[in-house]
Amino acid sequence: MTAIDITLTVNGETMTTRAEPRMLASDFLREKLGLTGTHVGCEHGVCGACTIKLNGVTARSCLLFAGQLDGAEVTTVEGLGSPRRMHRIQEAFRKHHALQCGFCTPGFLMTVSEILETEELRTDDDIRDALSGNLCRCTGYEHIVRAVRELVNERDGVTA
Amino acid sequence: MKPASFEYLRPGTVDEAIAALDHEDAKIIAGGQSLVPMMNFRLVQPERLVDINGIADLGQVTAVDGGVRIGALVRHAQAARDTMLGTAFPIIGEAMRHVAHVAIRNRGTIGGSLSHADPSAEWPLLVSLLDGAIEITGKSGVRTCGTEEFFFSPLMTDLEEDELLTGVVLPSLPDGAGMAFDEVSQRAGDFAVVACGAVVAMDGPCIGSARLALGGLGDTPLRATEVEVALTGATLDDIAGIVADCAVDLEPNDDMHASAGYRRSLAPVLARRVLIRAAERAKGKT
Repeated sequence: MTAIDITLTVNGETMTTRAEPRMLASDFLREKLGLTGTHVGCEHGVCGACTIKLNGVTARSCLLFAGQLDGAEVTTVEGLGSPRRMHRIQEAFRKHHALQCGFCTPGFLMTVSEILETEELRTDDDIRDALSGNLCRCTGYEHIVRAVRELVNERDGVTA
Repeated sequence: MKPASFEYLRPGTVDEAIAALDHEDAKIIAGGQSLVPMMNFRLVQPERLVDINGIADLGQVTAVDGGVRIGALVRHAQAARDTMLGTAFPIIGEAMRHVAHVAIRNRGTIGGSLSHADPSAEWPLLVSLLDGAIEITGKSGVRTCGTEEFFFSPLMTDLEEDELLTGVVLPSLPDGAGMAFDEVSQRAGDFAVVACGAVVAMDGPCIGSARLALGGLGDTPLRATEVEVALTGATLDDIAGIVADCAVDLEPNDDMHASAGYRRSLAPVLARRVLIRAAERAKGKT
């Protein structure tokens, strides 16, 4: 199968890159575009480590083909913030020690960036439910929930 | 964990998609949330992949004569927040919360879920419960099919290889109908061990008519027709007795997620729960 031209916008920048249409979007972002923030865990849509935003909403990049990114607008964790200029969500994760090895973190950050806008997240159970598509083998989730709780309180103007 | 090579086509219209299916080994991709894992494991290796995501017409929810039409490409998240569906069939929003996780609900489609025909999935159960008509488009035109004829067994449906599921029409329910959905799964977002949906209309203190659909208890979603008949004219206190044996004759899977016995014993518990909740909601409307 021959490569095709794939034109897409990634983190605000429009680019054209050649790839086989069957290449997984997660591999395409990492190997063709050098955006290694998106992590590849299970490659069958279970672990959530490869979560990106596709046209504004979260998607598993291991369940997308590179060919499907043609014409799309993608945000990866690199589009959220950088070590020097962290996104508020990243700051909350650092403050609350919401990561240990960090492998799952990019996926969590992308999911949190969506659910803060779409979900009420009134209780910690709601937060756990909304994060249930992202697996973490280190933290036991407790500190991730604390970080998200702080972000939700901030969003809702609640002083904890 | 990488898919085999395939020819990739992105038709812009339903007609182009049907034409693209004229091939000995073509497969349609919509949300891809079940198909891509199977391709990554190389359990499925289509020579041609027909991506229907660019067919905007398929992504609409529209009012039609006597009901609501849901296009095949409507995503789970889109259906959950659609105001027309929320008014006519609030059970859809209630059920969509159980479909996998946020990112998968953003991408997965009703057409994909029905075509995949997992007997514990939410859409097959909902369309069965709501007496939906599945719209199938092929070279010779459009035909419609009820769930009884559509679902054969897991992954097996009445869809021919050169046909495309283009939408579902859900007929309107009477104004006073209440509905409810519930399921038991091991973790939030996992496949249901057992799922149940009910629609109830009240006639004074008694049940005027009731529908009950069960998922995860056989090769297809099932309508508990004998229970439905027995519920007519019953009071809410009678429900537990009527549904007690609703799964005794069924032969659900015995697998790592749950034993057949556990599935059989969950069915009446969930059935009672959704019937009572649906009846209470119906009472609230009258």
